[in-house]
Amino acid sequence: MCTRAVGGLAHFIEEEGVPTTQISLIRPHTEAIKPPRALWVPFDLGRPLGVPNDAEFQKRVLLSVLKLFEESSGPVLRDFPEDAPTAKAADVVWACPVNPARKKIDLSDAGEMRAAFKKEMMELRAWYELAVKTQQRTTVGVSGLEMDQIVDFIGAFLDSVPANPREDISLAFSLNFAVDDLKAFYYEAAAAQPGSASPTAEELDNWFWGETAAAKVLFAVKDRCLKKDDKMMQLLGKILLIPMSQSSQFGPNFPAN
Amino acid sequence: MARLEKMPEPERSHIAETKLPTFDTHPWVDGPALSKRRVAIVSTAGLHRRDDKPFTFDPGDNYRVIPGATAANELIMSHVSTNFDRSGFQQDWNIVFPLDRLHELCDDGYIESVAQFHYSFMGAMDPKNLEQSARKLAGLLKKDKVDAALLVPV
Repeated sequence: MCTRAVGGLAHFIEEEGVPTTQISLIRPHTEAIKPPRALWVPFDLGRPLGVPNDAEFQKRVLLSVLKLFEESSGPVLRDFPEDAPTAKAADVVWACPVNPARKKIDLSDAGEMRAAFKKEMMELRAWYELAVKTQQRTTVGVSGLEMDQIVDFIGAFLDSVPANPREDISLAFSLNFAVDDLKAFYYEAAAAQPGSASPTAEELDNWFWGETAAAKVLFAVKDRCLKKDDKMMQLLGKILLIPMSQSSQFGPNFPAN
Repeated sequence: MARLEKMPEPERSHIAETKLPTFDTHPWVDGPALSKRRVAIVSTAGLHRRDDKPFTFDPGDNYRVIPGATAANELIMSHVSTNFDRSGFQQDWNIVFPLDRLHELCDDGYIESVAQFHYSFMGAMDPKNLEQSARKLAGLLKKDKVDAALLVPV
């Protein structure tokens, strides 16, 4: 939906006298909104520059979108001619180093789910810490909570409504950001393992949503959110906790009860 | 790939059926050659510094300022949507916020300079709700001598 937002922003900013150019990830949205200058790219949502850790490819995208300033009139919408590079064949075999909870978890037992969830997080912690050291960076931190607190807070939703750990935002947003941090922790930990310099989004998604105890807990929490009266909680349950594509792919395999 | 026809359902229909604003005007501002321009990034990825308040739809609270000296480890994302990939950003901030790449293009002479400040909105809303903020932001961009605003969605 961000392509819709940048299209509108471009109209307002250019009308105020500042020239704009933009990347478009959803061509039909840009065709309808008609911002002054736009470059459509055939990349995944969330990856407007195409691929991580490939400076030369990113620079080609960036130059293509900036060169639209050399056009004499608009609106102009061009297509970037290259797909995002994919991993080399030798790198494609990717598997997370930590064996996820192979043991069947009793989804009706909140205590058992929480225990499996916590154990899994603890097993991933060493990989996460390695990732932070290697990358000198982490995207975990939006919730402001420690990972132990995050696991306890999310797990509590299985059979109760926990207290809001933050005073400046609503309980629903606290949950939303805690889940964002949890996923970032898992993904960063998983990406640190040997075998592929840059695991694809699909590889990481299939592992997280298809194999982890964390995902089983999130599918159950999604179900709890749908039963709340709070509108933001319902929205979390509908589309904000779990990507729509993952709900339809893995959801039926993990019934909440 | 973000080709609508290749997206899985129900994501494809959700995007295809999104209500889109339309505009009667076609603004166009000329400027100098690209090599003489000063570039600022305007993202809609819900980016902000680690200590900033996250995005929570508070009316009027529409964007965050990202100073040009912000380090990669200081930038995090509180976009409300989960329906886009974040693993790219986790591996390399340039994939959504290409500040290092802009500096390289500047060093190579493709652009004149990189702005002192960059900005991020959280783009999960009708952009007409962002109009006032965007128009004020244009004034701030002008004060920073920006004549090339690079808008980057997720």
